[in-house]
Amino acid sequence: PQGDYIELHRKRHGYRHDFFEKKRKKEARQVHERSAKAQKALGIKGKMIAKKNYAEKALMKKTLAMHEESSTRRKVDDEVQDGAIPAYLMDRENTTRAKVLSNTIKQKRKEKAGKWEVPIPKLFDFLSFDLQVRPVAEDEMFKVIRSGKRKTKQWKRMVTKCTFVGPGFTRKPPKYERFIRPSGLRFTKAHVTHPELKCTFNLDIIEVKKNPNGPMYTSLGVMTKGTIIEVNVSELGLVTPAGKVVWGKDPLTIQA
Amino acid sequence: MEVETEQGETGKSVMCVLTDPEGTTLGGTMYLPQNVGPIQLQQIVNTLLKNEEKLPYAFYISNQELLVPLGNYLEKNKVSMEKTLSIVYQPQAVFRIRPVNRCSATIAGHTEAVLSVAFSPDGRQLASGSGDTTVRLWDLNTQTPMFTCTGHKNWVLCIAWSPDGKHLVSGSKSGELQCWDPQTGKPAGNPLTGHKKWITGISWEPVHLNAPCRRFVSASKDGDARIWDISLKKCVICLSGHTLAVTCVKWGGDGVIYTGSQDCTIKVWETSQGKLIRELKGHGHWVNSLALSTEYILRTGAFDHTGKQYSSPEEMKKVALERYNKMKGNAPERLVSGSDDFTMFLWEPAVSKHHKVRMTGHQQLVNHVYFSPDGQWVASASFDKSVKLWNGTTGEFVAAFRGHVGPVYQISWSADSRLLLSGSKDSTLKVTPRNFISFAPFLAFKDN
Repeated sequence: PQGDYIELHRKRHGYRHDFFEKKRKKEARQVHERSAKAQKALGIKGKMIAKKNYAEKALMKKTLAMHEESSTRRKVDDEVQDGAIPAYLMDRENTTRAKVLSNTIKQKRKEKAGKWEVPIPKLFDFLSFDLQVRPVAEDEMFKVIRSGKRKTKQWKRMVTKCTFVGPGFTRKPPKYERFIRPSGLRFTKAHVTHPELKCTFNLDIIEVKKNPNGPMYTSLGVMTKGTIIEVNVSELGLVTPAGKVVWGKDPLTIQA
Repeated sequence: MEVETEQGETGKSVMCVLTDPEGTTLGGTMYLPQNVGPIQLQQIVNTLLKNEEKLPYAFYISNQELLVPLGNYLEKNKVSMEKTLSIVYQPQAVFRIRPVNRCSATIAGHTEAVLSVAFSPDGRQLASGSGDTTVRLWDLNTQTPMFTCTGHKNWVLCIAWSPDGKHLVSGSKSGELQCWDPQTGKPAGNPLTGHKKWITGISWEPVHLNAPCRRFVSASKDGDARIWDISLKKCVICLSGHTLAVTCVKWGGDGVIYTGSQDCTIKVWETSQGKLIRELKGHGHWVNSLALSTEYILRTGAFDHTGKQYSSPEEMKKVALERYNKMKGNAPERLVSGSDDFTMFLWEPAVSKHHKVRMTGHQQLVNHVYFSPDGQWVASASFDKSVKLWNGTTGEFVAAFRGHVGPVYQISWSADSRLLLSGSKDSTLKVTPRNFISFAPFLAFKDN
């Protein structure tokens, strides 16, 4: 509220005779009104309310559990836990750089995406790994570009999917270029998820190894579902069983 | 005995003086021809010291090892010939350890991660403690398991042999200590309770102070260190004073106990009554690891590379005392502490409570420091993926080994002080010969 006239009035003249009772009763009604609104709201609004309520419920459950824990006195934990570490590693959180990297990335994503988050069901279920690679049709992959003075020549094609060209790439002279790879669809980094660690890293792509749709697509560097690419994993500090440092790995493209 | 010297072509000679690591000169300054190399210098030293057997020596000029004849060294480093060149000689171990090239045996048995290992002081037995709460004894000749000792309730974090080889003590995450008889693998009594949190370190009283070995000290996360007597099977003294966990404990050769703690201090305790003698302050963060210059001798007691067995405790005590005095020399015992504040301090606790040298250079916390068995060098392993080598008497930095790609957790020296082994989180172990910085990476073990 702008200004202090409300406060001044209250100080000079006091409150209404029923102010506090009305306030108390109104607040008590809020519970029912909130519930009614949540039950009656339709569509996207209803879904948003439901999501918010669920988050609050989960938080409340956690705080209750926390309070309950501290009331009972428990002796030293007698169970033998997994993941035994030597004495010099006890007391150290030891999050790997991987975890720290993924945590910071997730944090950033949460901050940004929170505004636009909408509970729409996901179209692809990552858990069932039935990666059916259906072949991509040519008219889906390429767009015909008309050229020439009267725009009648139709021999040029522009790629409509993400591509990787590599550093040191120079285009062919535009007059002779049959396949155009727009710079807006060229990517140098890929989000790679480690299946065991369950964290995702942003790693540089080294090259596109194989595109299941054909050698032409492999040579163009097009990345569609099911493409095998090679990424630079040197910053993860992995080591092979032979003791050599791993610097390149080949993940599978699930979603391009 | 005649000293052999070869006459140089032009007769160019250098004025040199031989000094020992502490600084006292051996013989006077002498003119040495330029083609004198380490072998000839060895002969000279042996003669001047009147050694009966020819002992091997290594020579250093301003902290760099002399491997080529003097002439080449002078040319390379452009040392002026007007000043007297001081050559420091250091005795080397008579025996030589072969660098290991491959894993000779993988002995299975533990069902969870192995958390601590210890060789017996005579080198015949190996004991290991693991996350599956058992301690296992292994036979090194046949590379098979000998005994499995169950009895702990939680992970076995620390394990230590008594310097006379007769007792084995292990400490667990539940704060209990259990003694075992290494010959039969049976527990020697009930578990010793007293600590409230897990055990972070165990150290025995040296055999030259008391034989047969009876007392040992254990450090725990609850902030105390306790001295136990194995024949009475109880805690005799409790050294409390640290406000946070005690991370490392060592029983020194002079009969004092050093404890390093997370409260950034190192306390020096007296052992008959458990009184605090000194407090060594200076670190900015947790003290992770302590190392004593005489550590190897204290741990192995009377046993050495000759493999001799001793029958009576008095004999062991005498031999251990001789070895200890020989190792210590005239200098006071040195202590190096490595900390989470990325630095290490070199102390002479008997002399003063201020540190002698501050060894900086690491970019991440120092996890483990270890003196070489001859006490000349200190190696430090840090989470910044490097292992650094320092001079053991002066604390000067000598070399850094950067082969690992993950934090280096532990290091170990070979018994002749020529090889340094470092183990890291990237699941590899690297052997480095102490002389040069190139090294052979080898062997990757999964899960420790």
